[in-house]
Amino acid sequence: MENLAQIAMESVNFQAIMPSLVLCCFGMVLLLVSVFLERGRTAPICWLSIIGLVVTGIISINGWNDPQAGFAGGVVLDNFATFFNLTCLIAAGLTILMSDSYLHREGYPVAEYYPLILFTTAGAMWMASGTDLMTIFLGLEVLSVSLYVLAGFFRGQLRSNEAGLKYFFLGAFSTGFMLYGVALLYGVTGTTKVAGIAEAIRLMPDASSNPMIIAGAILLSIGFLFKIGAAPFHMWTPDVYQGAPTPITAFMSAGPKAAAFAAFMRVTYISLDSLQVDMSAMFWVLAVLTMTIGNFVAIAQKDVKRMLAFSSISHAGYALVGMVAWNEVGFSGILFYMLVYTFMNIGAFAVLVLIGKQGEDNLTLDGMAGLGYKRPFLGVAMAIFLFSLMGLPPTAGFTGKFFIFAGALKAGYVWLAILGVLNSAVSLYYYLRVMVYMYFRDPVEDFSWVKMEMATIVSILIAIAGVLYLGVLPGPVMELAKLSIF
Amino acid sequence: MLENYLPVLVLIGIAVAFAVGSVVMSGLIGMKKPSAVKLAPYECGMPLVGSARERFSVKFYIIAMLFILFDIEAVFLYPWAVMFKRLGMFGFVEMGVFIAILLVGFIYVWKKGALEWE
Amino acid sequence: MEAMLFYLVALVSVISAFFVTKCRNPINSALCLVTTFLCLAVFYVMLQAPFMAAIQIMVYAGAIMVLIIFVIMLLNIGSVGKSRYTHGVAGAIVLSFLSFIVAAKFIAGGTVSKAVGDISAEVVQSYGHTELIGKAMFTEFLLPFEIASILLLVAIVGAVILSKRKV
Repeated sequence: MENLAQIAMESVNFQAIMPSLVLCCFGMVLLLVSVFLERGRTAPICWLSIIGLVVTGIISINGWNDPQAGFAGGVVLDNFATFFNLTCLIAAGLTILMSDSYLHREGYPVAEYYPLILFTTAGAMWMASGTDLMTIFLGLEVLSVSLYVLAGFFRGQLRSNEAGLKYFFLGAFSTGFMLYGVALLYGVTGTTKVAGIAEAIRLMPDASSNPMIIAGAILLSIGFLFKIGAAPFHMWTPDVYQGAPTPITAFMSAGPKAAAFAAFMRVTYISLDSLQVDMSAMFWVLAVLTMTIGNFVAIAQKDVKRMLAFSSISHAGYALVGMVAWNEVGFSGILFYMLVYTFMNIGAFAVLVLIGKQGEDNLTLDGMAGLGYKRPFLGVAMAIFLFSLMGLPPTAGFTGKFFIFAGALKAGYVWLAILGVLNSAVSLYYYLRVMVYMYFRDPVEDFSWVKMEMATIVSILIAIAGVLYLGVLPGPVMELAKLSIF
Repeated sequence: MLENYLPVLVLIGIAVAFAVGSVVMSGLIGMKKPSAVKLAPYECGMPLVGSARERFSVKFYIIAMLFILFDIEAVFLYPWAVMFKRLGMFGFVEMGVFIAILLVGFIYVWKKGALEWE
Repeated sequence: MEAMLFYLVALVSVISAFFVTKCRNPINSALCLVTTFLCLAVFYVMLQAPFMAAIQIMVYAGAIMVLIIFVIMLLNIGSVGKSRYTHGVAGAIVLSFLSFIVAAKFIAGGTVSKAVGDISAEVVQSYGHTELIGKAMFTEFLLPFEIASILLLVAIVGAVILSKRKV
């Protein structure tokens, strides 16, 4: 009789899951604490969850350059995972900072909000560090289920209900596609390990014409592309981003997207390496489609949250350009870009959190009129984030796009880079329009309801610092991104 | 292989035969003295008033959802029970962690009052 | 014998699946769905996966169906009147016909190969299906198993938050 317990015990390596483990423990403890607190007391939970994120961050940083594998090859905590872990932690931290006053303003001071964000982040970490399709899939599920709940968190608001429901239905579908892809790849290779699949495909003589592998690769990609919000699987983004609570929208567009990119990159670059030519061609089409749809439809939007939703689609397209490049530059470019995007996008949403009235019906272009005069700090902050989203120097958006397009050029995709730059030019229009409203329109309203909440201001300041630092001195972080390639 | 399932088939057959048999036999040899109470869909319980197409409270739904979640937890116990002896103490700890995490959920549900019929 | 049984169950499952979409009364649809689930359970048995069959009946035909029925009662749809949904039927027929042809082409053009990987039909026979699942779940897939409990925990919290009257 084989000694199963012995085998299983040897594969356990807590070092490899330490960040997510700590985060889950914090989440569960906070959940228990929250039920014993009276209703509406969310501040202690909020600060405890920030502490949890910081502790996890310190643990993650300590694991830098010390790759740990464990659980029978199911998970590995390498630099790649750590980089994405930190990106998600920053996203979660900035989100939580701006959340507490927002939840009270909107009348839903429910403490479970914070544990759910922690669980989402833990799910993102399993995706980033998973080297087994099962680990990645379950991480994705934990992340998705928490986000479905968070998107529909404002039960009394129709828009939030719509967001939760749409996200859930479409998300469940995409999960089904992905699972089918996993099943097909397992059927043809006999393993769910990312490296094992690569091995099996390499040994196959006609891998790129094997219908099962092709179908598996495509279906698996659909699952990830949905989470990324890439066209043609972007349909859910505008409604969900518009309807979800604003901090959650900010979080969704940064943290989970980065995690989906992480898992997507690991699976494509390792497992499906033999299909490089076909996958690259597919990404080329998707990247162009995603950038173009995102940018052109954003022009037509009057609602700022919805506009930022389409802008987030186009940014997913820019990041996909790095996937097409399939080389080190484009690859580290994606890591860098996801961090940059976290700062600039969450920052922009944090400004929206502050200037929104209860119910947030005023977050339209007209509602932004005169913000620059009435609230100079918020105006300048928003301007910085918008410049960064446009990709203008000296902000981080410029350096991020620069590295990504440099990767595409290095791989010889000149036209792709040109299309990317043209798309950035299109995006100038709708980002600048917000600026025009903020600075060149007479204020319709006096923004007297805006309370300068300390925590949200801190979140905005951190985001500004990140955007400017990564824009002026991208070198050190870019070096870290280069070191993160597996 | 499929022969192993013959007892299941026999059991299904007996169950169907019993159900059909009782209805048919009572129809054939039973006395028939119908009254309003006897002809009601349910002979016992609350008097039937109004349409059956009444809107149900969401309270039922939350109970059903919690039931499914803990049902799925129970499903995980079967393969564990089968392998319990071979996994030994280690398997016990594994399942302990699994149950402990769900216990957090149970305490949450309980303290939150989700099981109360409010 | 086994092939006969397969075709019989397949026929029943396809017909009941058709009536899931065809029935006017949602409760009838739900009952047809139960039939489909039971047929799937029989397929699992034929594929020597008794554990999957048991789960199929316990979770799907049992628990999930309860939930579906509850949703129907919660929404109180009743039976839909005489109105017919003809919107996009032609497109759906063409699309499903095309995908049928593509699938048929692939299946007819493929070769039957033995299962890849460590687990073959013989291993399942000798080791036992449930035992194999248990072995995989508690050794190789230990981490996904524990993550599943976090997933269930999140689902519990979500169910309470979204449907409890006072949170």
